[in-house]
Amino acid sequence: MSTSATTDHAARGASGSGDVPALLSVRELRVHFPTEDGVVKAVDDLSFDLAPGATLGIVGESGSGKSVTSQAIMGLHRGTRAKVGGQILFDGVDLLTISDEELRRRRGQDVAMVFQDPLSALHPYYTVGNQLVEAYRVHHDVSKQAARARVIEMLDRVGIPSPQARFGNYPHEFSGGMRQRAMIAMALINDPRLIIADEPTTALDVTVQAQILDLLVGLQKEFGSSIIIITHDLGVVAEMADDILVMYGGKAVERGDADTIFYSPEHPYAWGLLRSMPRMDRLRTERLVPIAGNPPSLINLPTGCSFHPRCEYATAELGCFTTAPPFDAESDHPVRCLIPHTERLDIFENSVRPSL
Amino acid sequence: MFAYIVRRLFSGIVMLIVMSFVTILLFFSSAVDPARVMCGKSCTPERIEQTRKALGYDKPAVQQWTAFLGGVVKGREYPADEALRKAAPQLVVDCHAPCLGYSTVTQQSVGSTLWTKLPVTGSLAIAAFIMWMVVGVGLGIISALFKGTLLDRAIVGSSLLFYAFPTFAIGIALYTYLSLKWHLVKIPAYTPISESPSAWLQGLFLPALTLALVYIAGYVRLTRAFVLESLSEDYLRTAKAKGLAPRKILFKHTMRAALTPVVTAAGLDLGGLLGGAIITETIFNYDGLGKLAVLSNAQFDLPMIVGIVLVAATFVILANLIVDLLYALIDPRVKYA
Amino acid sequence: MSATDQTATPATTATGAELPKFGETILKVTDLQKHFPRRTKGIIPRPDAPVKAVDGITFELRRGETLGIVGESGCGKSTAGRTVLQLLKPTGGTIEYLGEDITGVTGGDWRRLRTEMQMVFQDPYGSLNPRQTVGAIVGAPFVIQGIKPKRGVKAEVQDLLARVGLNPEHYNRYPHEFSGGQRQRIGIARAIALRPNLIVADEPVSALDVSIQAQVVNLLEDIQNEFNLTYVFIAHDLSVVRHISDRVAVMYLGKVMEVADRDELYANPQHPYTQALLSAVPLPDPRKANKRERILLTGDLPSPINPPSGCVFHTRCPKFRTELSDSDKARCTGEVPQQREIAPNHTVSCHYPGPPPAEILVLEDDPEAAYDPTALRGAGDEEVVTATGSDDPADPTRA
Repeated sequence: MSTSATTDHAARGASGSGDVPALLSVRELRVHFPTEDGVVKAVDDLSFDLAPGATLGIVGESGSGKSVTSQAIMGLHRGTRAKVGGQILFDGVDLLTISDEELRRRRGQDVAMVFQDPLSALHPYYTVGNQLVEAYRVHHDVSKQAARARVIEMLDRVGIPSPQARFGNYPHEFSGGMRQRAMIAMALINDPRLIIADEPTTALDVTVQAQILDLLVGLQKEFGSSIIIITHDLGVVAEMADDILVMYGGKAVERGDADTIFYSPEHPYAWGLLRSMPRMDRLRTERLVPIAGNPPSLINLPTGCSFHPRCEYATAELGCFTTAPPFDAESDHPVRCLIPHTERLDIFENSVRPSL
Repeated sequence: MFAYIVRRLFSGIVMLIVMSFVTILLFFSSAVDPARVMCGKSCTPERIEQTRKALGYDKPAVQQWTAFLGGVVKGREYPADEALRKAAPQLVVDCHAPCLGYSTVTQQSVGSTLWTKLPVTGSLAIAAFIMWMVVGVGLGIISALFKGTLLDRAIVGSSLLFYAFPTFAIGIALYTYLSLKWHLVKIPAYTPISESPSAWLQGLFLPALTLALVYIAGYVRLTRAFVLESLSEDYLRTAKAKGLAPRKILFKHTMRAALTPVVTAAGLDLGGLLGGAIITETIFNYDGLGKLAVLSNAQFDLPMIVGIVLVAATFVILANLIVDLLYALIDPRVKYA
Repeated sequence: MSATDQTATPATTATGAELPKFGETILKVTDLQKHFPRRTKGIIPRPDAPVKAVDGITFELRRGETLGIVGESGCGKSTAGRTVLQLLKPTGGTIEYLGEDITGVTGGDWRRLRTEMQMVFQDPYGSLNPRQTVGAIVGAPFVIQGIKPKRGVKAEVQDLLARVGLNPEHYNRYPHEFSGGQRQRIGIARAIALRPNLIVADEPVSALDVSIQAQVVNLLEDIQNEFNLTYVFIAHDLSVVRHISDRVAVMYLGKVMEVADRDELYANPQHPYTQALLSAVPLPDPRKANKRERILLTGDLPSPINPPSGCVFHTRCPKFRTELSDSDKARCTGEVPQQREIAPNHTVSCHYPGPPPAEILVLEDDPEAAYDPTALRGAGDEEVVTATGSDDPADPTRA
């Protein structure tokens, strides 16, 4: 694969160009769910690196495997029927092979998670304070009073007004935005090195979303955590991410730093995503350009390139219908596409960019 | 909360008043003349008429109903007919408030009869309740945690087996084998707990087991379903992601949510059972409200029937209220006012 | 009605009334209210302060246009849509359709209204009966209205399915056999079955993935042109609303904050709330996103049971907090701002409207260059109706 044109951005890029060892290194991750209808290949051959303090955005539509990936990193598929393969190296330790007890100790402490819908992700029967205290005391052998003080400090830090009073409230007594703040406080309470935020603002209104994204960016600066933000919203990754991974049909189809993905994307699916969304920051186009067809079934993925049935550039000569395109995980800008690199650049410049 | 309870109790009382009226009406829509039945074999029309007057059945249903309600509030005297009371003052019975009526069949006030039957039915219902809750809910939880395994299928399958058989078949089978043939348990008979707690327990075992076996199947499936639902909740994923120990996740986070609806169902079932377990009481010759209901029905003992219906209904209404209040206690999202 | 007569203009409605020309008022909503009653919680409950879901909104709809209604959850936009269609009974105000007051119609009049106005719902899963075939769902309007198409219901339904991009042979399939996008197409087919004039679409693409969303948006635009439809498009996604709407109304806490032509609203929002809303939309462009400033709102949405006095937005208004003098503030807290026209086709409910701060604007190109204010649908009707009485703050409210 090529060297990206925007090498100045590679320096801050999360993939790390070898100087900084990656905090998280995922290699050939595979998550398959055996079902009666066949094997659901939710995630297949997924590889990426994340540098300390950096933010990786994982973008894809429903069923692309982005949420399953985050759950695999947390080890949430253990004890289920899911077959998980490959490597998830956190600071050099493979999270897939450590013991359950070791994994449990790392959850919440090394890697914490912020979920999409804070109303259902918080237990309705316990107070917010109770749930945060619990999260802290799992990993810290402190008294309840000390934990309470820490929780109130965190609630205050994430911008919840009068945290002492709010400590004893139940989740349903919080507004949506406040709940997500509490969720973020819970994720940060053990000062984790990696935060996975799975659609953290999808359930929120746009003005609240702006507050939460702002908060996440501010906290990341303060705590120095790495963030993986999973979303379907290209706007959210543009605001947050250093590096972006585009997923389709359980596979990574393109990865690069944010500028590369937004200003010189090379995968036809990435083009399709950018073209199909109405944009407020451009002159209004008369017509949206949708991606034809529907997302693939993860049980019966199309042969060759999974995207070929929806790809207007797929041809038999290139082997799109029969040959699975390779993905060079070690490259700065890997693209899972059989169209030659120069031709992709050419198509983007001449026929895609003008219609963006 | 207080206002809510007051409103609920008020509507409960209205419901009971309506029910008493409906019961009396139903009784009189029957083709059988209760006075004729009461009067016995050698009966003249005059005696039937006299019996009818003594019972108060000569008056319109509405009037009988208001007399009944008056008795509940103020107490009343029997026979209902004033002329008869004057004619034979030595036979007049005083029924104190709250008077649920006077049964000429048993020659006792309904209230005192019910009072003697209540502990029998109560013992049976509560013992069965404890059995089915412990076994049914326990097996349901195990079943859910081992979902899809052989153990799960064995539990659900065998509990269904008991559910499929009618109560009397299970009761008679248990009686015949455990008690009569194998002498594993004493022949069931009711002994008041005040006389001998151990005899009370031993005598209670078989009938309670019979009753419990029927309910266990339902509770296994109910508990299993709710635990499974709770296991798939987002907040359990959060609990795991926090790094909590599996045991804490199970007991603190899963069970409390899963068992709330089970508690609801259990409360309602217990409330219903306190009104009498007709089949079980009959099989084991347990002298409780259920058996009394069957007997009173056969003898056209109207006052007794009305009394039983109202007592049973009161239990159901109270159980409903208590269950709803419990719900608010368990689930902070539920607020009554 | 058959499929052949909808191209004829001037068209008539099912009741025989003549439709207005394109760009002329087809529906007029004046001071519309929808309050949901509440009761106190004592031993004997009494009526309590209602939930003011929609609290006096005024707008008009011009034939052939799309009016976008945007706002955040709880602003009353969905309730407004349903109340306009009279799926909910209005508790105040009037709705005039073709000059006729249709507020609170019942029975047969109400049912006839359904041939004129239809709705497309958000949830493509919940809004289709899972036990009915697609044929039965799309054909239901004919059955309910007792309309017998010339070639029979089945042929008509199959035409409709083909029209919305579904395979007509899937007539006998059930909703669960379709993807989310396809279900939304089924919902659209049902809505256009009786050739209505007006469709209220409530978040029709919010539940769909981006790539599918574009397909459905395009379909909505195509059938609008083909069947001369007027749309009320309710959504929280400001980008989609900008794409599809000709005019946009912004709602907050049951009231309309600002109404303007689309390009005017997005380039020159005058209400502080509109400005905050627009500045909050994340931009799919990292460089612009870094450059652009946001107006962050503080606090939570107040309760529609007990909305703030005066201007309902004053509790969260950045301008109120930082720019206004005490006497100005007193006006915001004491006096309810009326919808007033500050420019042709641009009304604002704010005592102190003003141009947006430059650092929140995202469009570097000149929006006027590409914007043709006369580009409403329907050739030959270019003259856009300008200011009308309903936008006048002095307009007496009718209740």
